[in-house]
Amino acid sequence: MTTPPGAGAGQDAAEHAGHAAGRGREQTGRDAEQDAGHAEQDAGHAEQPPPADADAARTVPYADYRVGEPLVDRSAPDGPIAERWDRRRFEAKLVNPANRRGHTVIVVGTGLAGGAAGATLAEQGYRVLQFCYQDSPRRAHSIAAQGGINAAKNYRNDGDSVHRLFYDTVKGGDFRARESGVHRLAQVSVEIIDQCVAQGVPFAREYGGLLDTRSFGGVQVSRTFYARGQTGQQLLLGAYQSLSRQIAAGQVEMRARTEMLDLIVIDGRARGIVARDLVTGRIDSYLADAVVLATGGYGNVFHLSTNAKNSNATALWRAHRRGAYFANPCFTQIHPTCIPRAGDHQSKLTLMSESLRNDGRIWVPVRAGDDRPPREIPTSERDYYLERQYPAFGNLVPRDIASRAAKSVCDEGRGVGPGGQGVYLDFTDAIARLGREAVAERYGNLFEMYERITAESPYETPMRIYPAIHYTMGGLWVDYDLQTTVPGLFAIGEANFSDHGANRLGASALMQGLADGYFVLPSTLGDYLARLPRDEAFRDVDRDHPAVHACVGEVTDRLFALLSNNGDRSPESFHREIGELLWEECGMARDEAGLKRALERIPALREEFWQRIRVPGSGRELNQSLEKANRVSDYLELAELLCLDALHRTESCGGHFRTESQTASGEALRDDESYTYAAGWEFTGAGRAPVLHREQLNFEYVHPTMRSYA
Amino acid sequence: MKLHLRIWRQAGPDAQGHMARYELDGVTPDMSFLDMLDTLNEQLIAEGCEPVAFDHDCREGICGACGVVINGEAHGPERTTTCQLHMRHFSDGDTIDVEPWRAAAFPVVKDLVVDRSAMDRVIGSGGYVSVPTGSAPEAHATPVPKPDADEAFTHAECIGCGACVAACPNGAAMLFTAAKVVHLAALPQGRVERESRVLDMVGTMDEESFGGCTVTGECATACPKGIPLTSIAAMNREYVRAVRKRR
Repeated sequence: MTTPPGAGAGQDAAEHAGHAAGRGREQTGRDAEQDAGHAEQDAGHAEQPPPADADAARTVPYADYRVGEPLVDRSAPDGPIAERWDRRRFEAKLVNPANRRGHTVIVVGTGLAGGAAGATLAEQGYRVLQFCYQDSPRRAHSIAAQGGINAAKNYRNDGDSVHRLFYDTVKGGDFRARESGVHRLAQVSVEIIDQCVAQGVPFAREYGGLLDTRSFGGVQVSRTFYARGQTGQQLLLGAYQSLSRQIAAGQVEMRARTEMLDLIVIDGRARGIVARDLVTGRIDSYLADAVVLATGGYGNVFHLSTNAKNSNATALWRAHRRGAYFANPCFTQIHPTCIPRAGDHQSKLTLMSESLRNDGRIWVPVRAGDDRPPREIPTSERDYYLERQYPAFGNLVPRDIASRAAKSVCDEGRGVGPGGQGVYLDFTDAIARLGREAVAERYGNLFEMYERITAESPYETPMRIYPAIHYTMGGLWVDYDLQTTVPGLFAIGEANFSDHGANRLGASALMQGLADGYFVLPSTLGDYLARLPRDEAFRDVDRDHPAVHACVGEVTDRLFALLSNNGDRSPESFHREIGELLWEECGMARDEAGLKRALERIPALREEFWQRIRVPGSGRELNQSLEKANRVSDYLELAELLCLDALHRTESCGGHFRTESQTASGEALRDDESYTYAAGWEFTGAGRAPVLHREQLNFEYVHPTMRSYA
Repeated sequence: MKLHLRIWRQAGPDAQGHMARYELDGVTPDMSFLDMLDTLNEQLIAEGCEPVAFDHDCREGICGACGVVINGEAHGPERTTTCQLHMRHFSDGDTIDVEPWRAAAFPVVKDLVVDRSAMDRVIGSGGYVSVPTGSAPEAHATPVPKPDADEAFTHAECIGCGACVAACPNGAAMLFTAAKVVHLAALPQGRVERESRVLDMVGTMDEESFGGCTVTGECATACPKGIPLTSIAAMNREYVRAVRKRR
């Protein structure tokens, strides 16, 4: 986008936005049209998309990507894997404690990764400027994680070790993660539990007063620590309390209800962000010596997901537009046990713990269109399809297999509930076998939650479940130091692509967020600052630097385009449409024809967005429609990269399933020969084919094997 | 079903607010209260009107972002968060009043959105254990009796939604503050700072224009997470203990 004349940093920009909004409402139809055209050009997609066509042989301009220089992780030490993290920490240059006060670090996001990083950097003596879009740093979506957090404590003496957690994570990630990083994660996991216990996190305990653990997600050791079904909440409150202490001490300047809308890059270094105060609408620049993105994943690009409603990809995407490579966007995780949606009004799905599959039996009617109540369908007319297809594992097959199987029976017209998008999860046999009381003991709180939402009691009638997008393994490409391809820009937690490969194991998201935030980033960020040339290290950016003005101007322009368009479609309607398209063509199972259809449709939809979007209100106030529209505008670009990545990776691996690449028994079939790499995508312009940079992955310690559950 | 809604509209912190009337058709029993407000907002956008602003995020009853007063009750008729309240608890033709949290310490930002940052400042004044990253001892170094851990957990469940403050006739934050004080005092890790914690947090609570407690118990009735009223008594004990010890 071009910089409008006179759009400067700070107050000027806010006035510009406010003025723009006022003008937008008074515009004549003709002016509005011109503005819409302007916006389109700005977004950089002037080319006309070809008409939709199902033919897979068609070429899609966006799919015509170039292959660039390979990506190399230069910060990863070599030597024996168990010694690498110690070596890296020793070799890292330190910032003198007295000098830390002179450095400002921006942290965006206050979830497990961001909250932990902000608190820790402040404890170390850095000045921290922290942002979140919520009204309080206590609300980030980490709070909704139920299950638990893995750590290689081996308190059970059941054969667990750092090496086993490392092994399980690399294997679980289907051999698409970096060994060095995963090993470090397993090492650090042990310290996380110590830290959280010391903070007063009320983990479940046994009568002897020691911590309780359970096994989770089909793992053979009991290494998951938990706090009833609210582990994420308790860990987040621990980080939030530590952060609050630093806020009160004046070491962290907290800006809640402030959303990052762009990254400021000066002389090739990340030097700050542009953010909008969501209450006053003021757009301002914030400058620093380094920027840390802890803004979570991009699952909401699918519209219906288990993510919080306002979780979004804007910070990631804008950083990508400024030069940070986006890695493996097609690695998305679908959770098989969510409550199906009740109708079109619904825009958010609720997850039910996977543990339900331990005792529940999954089935659908044998006959398509059988709409009898479940109790009236005799056993002979039920298809317990997982038990039938996977007799060894039955209802406990991994998440992706259970999810795909559910979709395929629903596609056959055998789905149950409203819209036929659901399968039964039946506890009748478990109740008969164990008694109602024992079942209530295990699942009572989940049954209660289900009943509150659906008004059906799982004791009386089978639950209905359906898969939903839950987590995104892809994210900004980072090196071993968690630094992106933009020097000085770091990405931590779900926002980066690092440790889970193509598939994340249960109870590992909390572990990675806290590992990055408490331990890894605070060790590596200092090295970056300490290695800056002396004359640059403490030189503040001039607030009137042209790059700062340009960045504020572009953000202002984009919001102006949204506000002044005065079309006829709401942001929600576009979000729903792009989400449905992605779910259909780039969801649980993907194929070339479908991905090409999506790649043809997305540019057209994006164009329609900029022509028909309607955002009521002005930019000078709390305007939730504007926030939403802006986020959707980024989804419409990210969706395209997601589909391209899925199209280019013709193998199946982890959460990415290409129907063309499967074994005779329907298992995901990897192609290690061609695809043992992380795909780092470089932005070249909205709607323009990106450049692919491959980071080759080497497996020295865990040798790739093919999994089988048949 | 069809609903008659009366919703508080207020353009900004200093603007005069009023109850606006809306008719909403096509509401289904499976909708959550926030799905219902979403539907209203889509209708308002289609009519070219400004949608109603309200806070919300996880929609699973755990983040604490949402919360409105429904027919005079914080979070409405069920003991849950607004996002987990479903329309099946209302009937066709009902008139529903929707207002923001009302409390001196929670100024209205816009419509149903209020500023609850005072609660963050209460936590910042002592609702933590001072343990910088890296300084923690081995997790099993200090066993915690299970009843103490359970007591801590019960109070740690607070989601900071502010319903207790909104429900209290005095706009007090006693239940909120007590939940954190009791959570940390129940654990050996939290006991080192227990005196300064309760004194500082209560002090901040008073400075932040929260009201005083008259033990009406509306807070515990409105609490979606079931923080017990007895926690207030427990905090008062902590407070008296701290004052005596400091003397």
